[in-house]
Amino acid sequence: MTIHVATRATTGIALAAGLAFAATADETANLIVNEEIEMVTHTAAPAHVENLDEIVSGWVFRSAETQSLQMDDFDNPGMIFVDQGMDQWNEVAGTAGNSCATCHEDVAVTMAGVRSVYPKWNEEAGEVRTLAMQINDCRENQMGAEPYKYTGGEMANMEALISVQSRGMPVDVAIDGPVQATWEAGKELYYTRTGQLELSCANCHEDNYGNMIRADHLSQGQINGFPVYRLKNAKLNTAHARFKGCVRDTRAETYKPGSDEFVALELYVASRGNGLSVEAPSVRN
Amino acid sequence: MRLIPTALAVAALATGAAFANPVKPAEIQFDDYGAIATSLTGVAGDAANGRDVMITRSKGNCVACHAVTALADIPFHGEVGPTLDGAADRWGEADLRGLVANAKMTFEGTIMPAFYKGSGYIRPGDGYTGDAAVGELPPILTAQEIEDVVAYLLTLKE
Ligand code: HEC
Ligand code: HEC
Repeated sequence: MTIHVATRATTGIALAAGLAFAATADETANLIVNEEIEMVTHTAAPAHVENLDEIVSGWVFRSAETQSLQMDDFDNPGMIFVDQGMDQWNEVAGTAGNSCATCHEDVAVTMAGVRSVYPKWNEEAGEVRTLAMQINDCRENQMGAEPYKYTGGEMANMEALISVQSRGMPVDVAIDGPVQATWEAGKELYYTRTGQLELSCANCHEDNYGNMIRADHLSQGQINGFPVYRLKNAKLNTAHARFKGCVRDTRAETYKPGSDEFVALELYVASRGNGLSVEAPSVRN
Repeated sequence: MRLIPTALAVAALATGAAFANPVKPAEIQFDDYGAIATSLTGVAGDAANGRDVMITRSKGNCVACHAVTALADIPFHGEVGPTLDGAADRWGEADLRGLVANAKMTFEGTIMPAFYKGSGYIRPGDGYTGDAAVGELPPILTAQEIEDVVAYLLTLKE
């Protein structure tokens, strides 16, 4: 409670400063959503993240104004899409006459803790699955419905609905056993300097987080808050859409959302956030 | 009339350096410290245009990473690289030409992109479209733009 009061006070100061510097962030604020869910926004880096001591949520790097939108579900525009996801959850679609609810019933019960461990190994299929892949597997094979577009609005809504059931739980993605080769491939991609600008994810999000790059305050590029609502495009954005944008900005040929490469990259990037709280749907500029 | 350029080319060849005009990225001679002694075009740089290249997103976009007090009227300077204030006190013209053309020859592994390099990229794209590059990729800046940026940097004295 004391912490919460202190947060509001610093937010006020940062807002005042924000008039002069549009992109200032309050890097000391604590994130407590709905005065109830305490998020871990800073924590010790997992041992497999060799070059960082601490991992930090992307929320920390946003302006005080943007930060505050994520502190209350009434202010968080992403919650509208969670509601839309709930409609999709209950909607019968496809040839089998099923909705998600037919098999999974109450989303708040059956989907709690799911987001925090994805991407993960699917034994039957013998593959690493992202949440998006699992959603589409259900649609195609359990419902006889069309798959959602990988980075489309319906997919983002459904990801948000499922993710919100794990809000506040620590990201805990496995990196060994059957997923290890995929994890290694993702790590390789993370450190490869692509495009005509020859930049890797690490150049910006590991070597330079906290620094301004033009008008952008660089974060660690964590995905614990995805899908994120962006004020810039006024919609929910998926992790693979963000990856694509970042790779494009290196003047490179991007990989396709849902490709093996981006699935591997998602597993690796997710694992860099092990220990941060699931925050989706988070709010960004 | 037609004989004159040919004669000049022959003279250049005779001195041992086959300077096409402008010098192509692959033909550049960097010294051991990453400097380039001679102009890439033989035409003096235009500092005013160099300033433009420095602040334009699709060109140098140098202010994305570097703060420059002399460019204070342009909003949002980055912090990824050092401030360029006083760059001309620290570096000579040849050093600056090398730094802008390919800073990796001066600072091994630097994050600073090479602005005059034609090949050797991983998954090169077609500008900022995200699509694959088609055909041979032109350097990010032209030889004359490199000279123009160098001319601008040479004005940055403290
Ligand atoms: C040229 C610099 C640059 C490179 C290279 C880059 N990014 Fe980013 N990235 C940004 C900027 C700027 C933002 C927006 C501000 C922020 O959150 O850091 C961003 C945002 C993100 C976000 C959103 C974080 C959040 O909390 O909302 C993710 C995830 C991300 N990047 C992942 C990646 C990955 C993965 C790669 C490599 C494939 C990559 N980035 C390469 C500049 C870059
Ligand atoms: C993506 C980031 C980035 C961009 C874009 C960039 N630079 Fe740099 N630059 C750096 C970094 C980082 C260094 C420091 C070298 C190092 O240690 O890696 C540097 C060093 C320099 C230096 C030497 C600095 C000194 O005084 O010691 C000059 C001059 C320079 N850059 C000019 C430019 C110009 C001109 C442009 C645009 C045409 C540009 N840079 C674009 C990141 C960048």
